[in-house]
Amino acid sequence: MDEEIRLMKGNEAIAHAAIRYGVDGYFGYPITPQSEILETLEELMPWETTGMVVLQAESELAAINMVYGGASTGKAVMTSSSSPGVSLKQEGISYIAAGELPALIINVMRGGPGLGTIQPSQADYFQATKGGGHGDYHLIVLAPSSVQEMADFVCLGFDLAFKYRTPAMILADGIVGQMMEKVRLPKQRARRTDAEIAEQCPWAVTGRPATRKPNIMTTLELESSTMEENNRRLQATYERIRSNEVRYQEYYTDDCDYLIVAFGSIARICLKAIEEARAAGIKVGLIRPITLWPFPTEAIASMAQRVKGILTVEINAGQMVEDVRLAVNGKVPVYYYGRMGGIVPNPSEVIDALYRDFPEINPER
Amino acid sequence: MSYEDIKKPENIVYQRPALLNGNHMHYCPGCSHGVVHKLIAEIVEEMGLQDKTIGIAPVGCAVFAYNYVDIDWIEAAHGRAPAVATAVKRLNPDRMVFTYQGDGDLAAIGTGETIHAANRGENIAIIFINNGIYGMTGGQMSPTTLEGMKTSTSPYGRRIDLNGYPLPITNLLVGLDGTCYVTRQSVHTAAAVRKTKAAIKQAFKNAMEGRGTSVVEVVSTCNSGWKMTPVQANDWMVEHMFKKYPIGDLKNTVNPAPAAHAKGVETHPKQ
Repeated sequence: MDEEIRLMKGNEAIAHAAIRYGVDGYFGYPITPQSEILETLEELMPWETTGMVVLQAESELAAINMVYGGASTGKAVMTSSSSPGVSLKQEGISYIAAGELPALIINVMRGGPGLGTIQPSQADYFQATKGGGHGDYHLIVLAPSSVQEMADFVCLGFDLAFKYRTPAMILADGIVGQMMEKVRLPKQRARRTDAEIAEQCPWAVTGRPATRKPNIMTTLELESSTMEENNRRLQATYERIRSNEVRYQEYYTDDCDYLIVAFGSIARICLKAIEEARAAGIKVGLIRPITLWPFPTEAIASMAQRVKGILTVEINAGQMVEDVRLAVNGKVPVYYYGRMGGIVPNPSEVIDALYRDFPEINPER
Repeated sequence: MSYEDIKKPENIVYQRPALLNGNHMHYCPGCSHGVVHKLIAEIVEEMGLQDKTIGIAPVGCAVFAYNYVDIDWIEAAHGRAPAVATAVKRLNPDRMVFTYQGDGDLAAIGTGETIHAANRGENIAIIFINNGIYGMTGGQMSPTTLEGMKTSTSPYGRRIDLNGYPLPITNLLVGLDGTCYVTRQSVHTAAAVRKTKAAIKQAFKNAMEGRGTSVVEVVSTCNSGWKMTPVQANDWMVEHMFKKYPIGDLKNTVNPAPAAHAKGVETHPKQ
């Protein structure tokens, strides 16, 4: 398949991108609002073309453990779910991180807590960026704000996961999963051969040839000093990721007096609000973190040196605002505005929040 | 024959399989795990599957199986071995993939994974060590603990009104169309060890030939958990465990034994 421009949902774009990237296996379980990923894969039948395995598992638990097993053999494997299902996957995600296994996990977030709602949300920011499962680990967390990025981040997520031998997550909100946009799909890449996997992943559990010792994928280590070493190795990996892989996008930041920080679909709504504010002569800029972990701490800290105040806008009760405050470290006031329960703020609400928190810019004051 | 003669290679009639490394096992004296590990090592060697075999270890005493048998292993989360094995086999269809699980792992926390992998007819072998107790965590009640059996969490004996009935999960797997071979064996006598070896070999062969899921339950002792000597534990197993978990083939659609049909055991050909 050649490069192709199509109109489709974000969830469908993930399925198409996965096949074209040359993913070896997808293991999923239905849950709204992300079921189109599994549905699209079943419809496209990639096992007939690229040889990609697609399996509807009996539960999210089984699906994430299938990913653990597949990743242990050096294959490029992925799963997807939405918030309650991703909670179920946390045990397996911790094992995948502990096993230093590359894998891609997609969370198309819906409102919680509990069974919550099927409407969009960003309320799993803490879960995705602060660990989620047990133990000291991080995921590389990518936050798409367009259908194009849904497709692109499948490729980026796998590239980073294999580069650092660590799981990556696409943390999308239900809006990006469900909305339709134009998307440029990459051309088909071949799946890696067993020989290529053996060369790139000498640790992979593939059956032991007489020429090497057994490869063992385990996350158990009862000797505390060795377990501490294992932890230090993980932390060293995270440090390298922090140094190399921070990604964010800036809009109107050259001359801004105030800064909005927002990720995912709400960043685009904020951009609309910023354009309206600028039309009224108020200089507002936007930083859109693309990697939520590693977080663009330095970029925000440096903006804090030259703006009068910062507003974070999130579709949750205020989660990323904590990381923004840590970055800003008290230099300027940091406020939060957001909605919950599946309600998405509109641009005029964002402008009202700017006026609320920074009354000096309110023309009606 | 002198000692030197006996040691000559041409006079060796039995030796430790090469895949069973020399590491000291952490298993208690009298434990069944060591015997089954040795059988796996022997069978993999005899079938020439060293470079094709991937074992999935459980949580429980056999969590360290990878320390003793020199094949490639994946250590799964508690109960999840059949899900792990599913992906490994589907992504690597020419490999021989087996799980090695205890009764807590397979019949409690992993019940869902066990039943669904078997129901999909995954081309894997499941080796199920059933000793009616959680050995590694110190002797707690498991789903297969017998009525009246004392454990650290049923100190006065398992009560049906509180804890339900012992779960003969292997019998449930017989009824699934995905299983091709379901058998229950033991390793308490030389003859029993030979039968278990033949059963595991059949299961591994089925996995390679893509016949569906094979399940080899090995009714076992945990003399430490049972608070008995190894000899007492074997006797107790024969007297009590075999009543609830009788030894023999429960299903074999690959090599249907005439005896099985004579006994009226229902078989389900793989779809």
